[in-house]
Amino acid sequence: MNIKSDRKIWKAFKEAFPHTLPICAGFLFLGMSYGFLMKSRGFGTLYPLFMSIFIFAGSMEFVAVNLLLSAFNPLYVFLLTLMVNARHLFYGIAMLDRYRGLGWKKPYLIFGLCDETFAVNCTTTVPQDTDRGWFMFAVTLLNQCYWVTGTLAGSLLGNILTFNTEGLDFVMTALFTVMLINQWEENRNHRPVIAALAVSFLSLLIAGPDIFLIPSMILIVIYFAVASNKEIAV
Amino acid sequence: MSVTQQVISIALIVIATILTRALPFILFPENRKPPAFISYLATVLPGAVIGMLVVYCLRDAVFSSWHCLPELIAILFIFLLHKWKGNTLLSIAGGTIVYMFLVQYVF
Repeated sequence: MNIKSDRKIWKAFKEAFPHTLPICAGFLFLGMSYGFLMKSRGFGTLYPLFMSIFIFAGSMEFVAVNLLLSAFNPLYVFLLTLMVNARHLFYGIAMLDRYRGLGWKKPYLIFGLCDETFAVNCTTTVPQDTDRGWFMFAVTLLNQCYWVTGTLAGSLLGNILTFNTEGLDFVMTALFTVMLINQWEENRNHRPVIAALAVSFLSLLIAGPDIFLIPSMILIVIYFAVASNKEIAV
Repeated sequence: MSVTQQVISIALIVIATILTRALPFILFPENRKPPAFISYLATVLPGAVIGMLVVYCLRDAVFSSWHCLPELIAILFIFLLHKWKGNTLLSIAGGTIVYMFLVQYVF
């Protein structure tokens, strides 16, 4: 590592850090709840630690707590994970271009593509003087560090927050809401957003909170298939 | 479940999660041009997916006793604050504080 590339990396982390602050708050808190839950169900610290490092998908890690305490059913575990995490497929498609040509960083960027990392890397315009690859790498790594740190703290120390934390998890909803507003203002075509909101909400009402993402995703793809045909015809 | 079975289960979760994240990159590698529809999806999905994520965050609140009312008030607050100041971090922090106040003291 020479001084020039050191400076490039440092700059990218400095630039990325403010974008990850809300996620820092959310992940430390949620990670702590997860670590604490695992501990209270009798799992040693190594379990939540390794799961946070290698699974790194919050909602699935919470689902896994109960899975690990029920009868061994590998096929069910595998299929359930595919279902819970199917939304990642959309993130990958949206990031195909942005993650292009990033060499050794790319496998880690794909591995760490969680909801929040996707939202930041997909909506942020990286400043001209900052290396794009290192910026997105920094966002991904910082977010994972918050999650693993929170998990570890929750597992080792239990619930150390002394103030009333009820509602703190809303920080994630707030993050996505602000990004939605930013997306709305940046794009002239609002139809994709309106269609996705309507379709997801309708699926939620019909299919219920556990599986509604799958029908929403299918309907969104159908909607865009029809829309793209029309655009090509026009 | 024995420890070995737990390790196998965790490994399967890891593999399935990586699969959902990596599949698009495996199907459409850098050296080949993706089909036109996939390129089109890539341009419209960011906004659509973030809309879907907002609904995903509200999935349990919709069916709770207040049917998302505190969430909607906080979202409205975020919208107004963001229109006014245009500061992402301020809007997120403000909205979260308003929501925490609502669920702790009002609802």
